[in-house]
Amino acid sequence: MSFFSRSPWILHYDGSSCNGCDIEVLACLTPMYDVERFGVVNTGNPKHADILLVTGSVNERNIEVVQNLYRQMPEPKVVVAVGACACSGGIFARAYNIQGGIDKVIPVDVYVPGCAARPESIIDGVVQGIAALEQKRKKTA
Amino acid sequence: MNPVIYGLLFVLLAPIFGGLLVGVDRIVSARMQSRIGPPLLQPFYDLGKLLQKQARQVNPVAEPLLIAHVVFMAATGALLLGGTDLIFVAFIFALAALFLVLAAGSVNSPYSFAGAERELVVLLACEPFFILMMAAICKVTGASTFGDVLASNQWVAPQVPGILLAFLFVATIKLRKSPFDISTSHHPHQELVRGLTSDMSGRLLGYVELAHWYESALLCAFMVLLFNWSIPIGLLAFAIAYALEILVDNSTSRAKWQLVLRSTWVATLVLTGGNVLALFLIGR
Repeated sequence: MSFFSRSPWILHYDGSSCNGCDIEVLACLTPMYDVERFGVVNTGNPKHADILLVTGSVNERNIEVVQNLYRQMPEPKVVVAVGACACSGGIFARAYNIQGGIDKVIPVDVYVPGCAARPESIIDGVVQGIAALEQKRKKTA
Repeated sequence: MNPVIYGLLFVLLAPIFGGLLVGVDRIVSARMQSRIGPPLLQPFYDLGKLLQKQARQVNPVAEPLLIAHVVFMAATGALLLGGTDLIFVAFIFALAALFLVLAAGSVNSPYSFAGAERELVVLLACEPFFILMMAAICKVTGASTFGDVLASNQWVAPQVPGILLAFLFVATIKLRKSPFDISTSHHPHQELVRGLTSDMSGRLLGYVELAHWYESALLCAFMVLLFNWSIPIGLLAFAIAYALEILVDNSTSRAKWQLVLRSTWVATLVLTGGNVLALFLIGR
């Protein structure tokens, strides 16, 4: 295992989520699940992050924000879409201001289904994200 | 043994000591919050990753400044153990910290800039303490180098109780612990994002971490200076002080910079200044 798989720092961005998935993301940090065991840090800074965790779909107003955050992250980086809305737009997909899933604006590496996604599946998604991160590092190295 | 060898040993071993200290800190903090916490070697994994990651340079001048920050922080310890004058060590310690402020101030990010300004404020708050502490150590022992202070038959700590208390204030700032971590908001995802380090990525952030480990080891060396009659007791005193810092870190919220500056200066003036004054009046 390389340093990347032992130290994934996560940036969490809430697109147009109903906050259901956001609560589950935060639940991962609580004593019940404690993802810091795996070296995960919930950072608020894209320049320190390795994994961009997006909940909720993309709307007209936050396209630039999502793209900006993605651009600011240093390579190698991975995007994990958490929940039905982030994957495809979910029940809001046909709303007038919704673009759809996160993959409409930035490349997504891992899709985590669920409404809301359970903490177990979010952690599983992050673990798959780590594997993708490792592959990208090997390509750039 | 030649003091120069001690200086070189500091440069080589201090990062290992500082990294392990942060590792223990993270585990103890997690246990206080009913969590298991990361592995002991997590800080080293983090540093290894940061050194391999792409470094986005906002202003190319930041990197040489950060390298100077690490080099001067290591040099401060090396000079201290290598037998340089204690007052000189206090000044070069301030210079090392100043490079970080310059690096953070070299970019236009408001978070980074606000962090740099606050770091200047905390530097202002704790520098008088270090100079007074060194003066008190010189006064008590009549010696002005690390080796001579340790060899002195005068015990420093019992004569400087005020300085020991003020040390806790300054250590809170230097170890970047809440409520005094105003320049970085050391726990992520808060107020200033990461303050000073907001615009540093990859190896640039790695340099800051490394310098922080040197800084922690340096504080430990200062503690040993105060408990000059026995190195194990000095290390034990540092461990107790660090445990207190973790407790305070986990049970307080961040203070405003005005409170940090005032409380540290009051601690420096009353506790340290009073102590030094008493030493000069009594020891005349």
